[in-house]
Amino acid sequence: MSGFEYANAPESKAIANIDNSYGLFIGGKFVNPKKGKSFNTINPATEEILSKIGYADRLDVDLAVKSARTAFTKIWSKMPAKERGKYLYRIARIMQERAREFAVVETLDNGKPIRESRDTDIPLAAAHFFYHAGWADKLDYVGLGNKPKPVGVVGQIIPWNFPLLMLAWKIAPALAAGNTVVLKPAETTPLTALLFAQVCQQAGLPDGVVNIITGDGVTGAALVNHPDINKIAFTGSTEVGKAIARSISATKKSATLELGGKAANLVFDDAAIDEAVEGIVNGIFFNQGHVCCAGSRLLLQENIADEVLEKLKKRMSLIRVGDPMDKNTDLGAINSAEQLKRIQEISNTGDAEGANRWSPECKLPSKGFWYPPTIFTGVSQSHRIAREEIFGPVLSVLTFRTPAEGIEKANNTMYGLSAGIWSDKGSKVLWAAKQLKAGVIWSNTFNKFDPASPFGGYKESGWGREGGRHGLAGYLTSDVKASK
Amino acid sequence: MSRIDVNKTYKLFIGGAFPRSESGRVYEVKGANKKFIANPSLASRKDLRDAVVAAKSAHSGWANATAFNRGQILYRIAEIMEGRSEQFIDEICELEGVTSKAAKIQIEEAIDTWVWYSGWCDKLSSVTGSLNQVSGPFYNFTSPEALGVVAIFAENKPSLLGVVRTLAPVIAGGNAAVLIASENYPLSAITLSEVIATSDMPAGVVNILTGKSSELAPWVGAHMEIDGVDVAGLSKKQEEELRLVGADNLKRVFRFSSINHPDRITSFMEQKTVWHPIGI
Repeated sequence: MSGFEYANAPESKAIANIDNSYGLFIGGKFVNPKKGKSFNTINPATEEILSKIGYADRLDVDLAVKSARTAFTKIWSKMPAKERGKYLYRIARIMQERAREFAVVETLDNGKPIRESRDTDIPLAAAHFFYHAGWADKLDYVGLGNKPKPVGVVGQIIPWNFPLLMLAWKIAPALAAGNTVVLKPAETTPLTALLFAQVCQQAGLPDGVVNIITGDGVTGAALVNHPDINKIAFTGSTEVGKAIARSISATKKSATLELGGKAANLVFDDAAIDEAVEGIVNGIFFNQGHVCCAGSRLLLQENIADEVLEKLKKRMSLIRVGDPMDKNTDLGAINSAEQLKRIQEISNTGDAEGANRWSPECKLPSKGFWYPPTIFTGVSQSHRIAREEIFGPVLSVLTFRTPAEGIEKANNTMYGLSAGIWSDKGSKVLWAAKQLKAGVIWSNTFNKFDPASPFGGYKESGWGREGGRHGLAGYLTSDVKASK
Repeated sequence: MSRIDVNKTYKLFIGGAFPRSESGRVYEVKGANKKFIANPSLASRKDLRDAVVAAKSAHSGWANATAFNRGQILYRIAEIMEGRSEQFIDEICELEGVTSKAAKIQIEEAIDTWVWYSGWCDKLSSVTGSLNQVSGPFYNFTSPEALGVVAIFAENKPSLLGVVRTLAPVIAGGNAAVLIASENYPLSAITLSEVIATSDMPAGVVNILTGKSSELAPWVGAHMEIDGVDVAGLSKKQEEELRLVGADNLKRVFRFSSINHPDRITSFMEQKTVWHPIGI
């Protein structure tokens, strides 16, 4: 294609002060792991080592939980609610002040385009703290009766796709409700959580209210199984979510689980096609498709399928894949070699099972982990690429003839996290929104998030909500529900 | 010679019909005075499956009925129960061995519970939903929606009230229910099914099984079409085992205190959030 080329527009790394190594954040201080083990975190776009991270094992987890328990009983649960709120306001403000630094570190550690970390992840994370700060002294109005009590010490485990934002979704409501937390960031993206630990120090947050332990799945399991944890809040795969549900089945622990998805994005024949195409692209290629609520199943009404696909392919040819630190980049690096392998494996079943693969021509960097934006047409409902979460920039396209058939196909999944609707007819949009079995419905938009808007899934996409009044309620105890 | 009573055959309630267990199994229920009262069905795994099929097919019609309509049908149950009070009182006295005064209080409370939950049907989204003030030009609202099929293990005693305070909130929200009556105190639950059958309740919305909880609990836990469970009548141990197998489809499992509360309804509902842009 001829025309003007984009010049390079790299964001500077200078603002990111990444230490050579980090300890665990326990009791308000960075401490070395008891056994002195560590692991490296790398930049997935270059495979360069960014820092050496402390590995928390069972002993460290125990220390962190003890620290959180002490902070809960001695300080945080006794503090006047409005003062608790003020700490959260402080945290929100410091995050805003250091937003650029957070964005750069997030992009280096995660591989997502700087445009997204700068414009989405970091501002939303700060907004979550600001929103929940205001709840801290208004818990009587949540709808659980007067003076609802916090749950206690919460163990929180978050994924690598939105590292700081998921931290904010977990920590902000927990603290606002009066709980203390032990949070384990994902193994491949610990850096912004450790930067956040420094923010807690700057905010003067009492020691032990927030503890951050880095490690892998074994660390997470030790946290889930710790006897002094009152609640688990987890975002990640449905498989691990179920394992958590099993491990707490004979305990008093409660849980909120934000798990996988295979969202249908339905385009009806009366949709504004150009807008829909933008929405389809945003739905599946935002954050490299590393989004549990990604619109990974495109359902096109048959009579407009050809037109939409033609425009979609044209639009996909304009997606800029490459250096995440370049401000013009649309699609960054895949987060890890392991995830790249998983995307390749499931996508290859699409070829094997008879679907037709298409990607625009694009040059992928030689170092790092990359996958081109990809669509499969001719997909049937039984194909693995139509059933399993790929968690990458891979879109499966199916068609439907009548609205009822579209809904039936959309709901034919064990998941129920999100869904999209494209139609210019108000009554049809509301009809479809009612029929779709999913916790978040984006109509004529996609992948929108807000601290005031509850997020979470039906069916095997999880338990509970995060965000809004409904999310906050998950961190408070109820009069009527037995504590298990 | 005095007249010989015409005793009732206590049967299951599945899809609006009153079948015996397909297994042909029954068990003996005795009164507080240790005398024989009835041979209710000992529900099998197949009976449970049949009940879930009936519930599943009734669910969407019930969930999509207007909330006002659901409220009227719940109120209708209260009306019909009021007329059948004597029968419930007799059964409660015979089975629980309580005074007729105590039994009367129990049925009055049970009827009032139906009335209370009836009134909740069309207020749920106003009270538990929300219009969310997001930072952008979007209309964004959250409202509750029924989960699907919910299984209920009824408590032993109070044998009627225990059934009503678990069942009413589950169906008020638009779910279809499979209620497993208390093994030793099942009569009120079965008689309630006769009330429900004559209350304009669509067939299959409420299904009632009798049998052994210990036998049925693992089957309920493992059934992939059951979305939620109220474990009121299960022991702690049985609850834990059910939770373990129930994790396979992430069943929503709850145990409540005895108070009536809208949270009992919304615990078996999902909150759906819808976004739409605002603009011209």
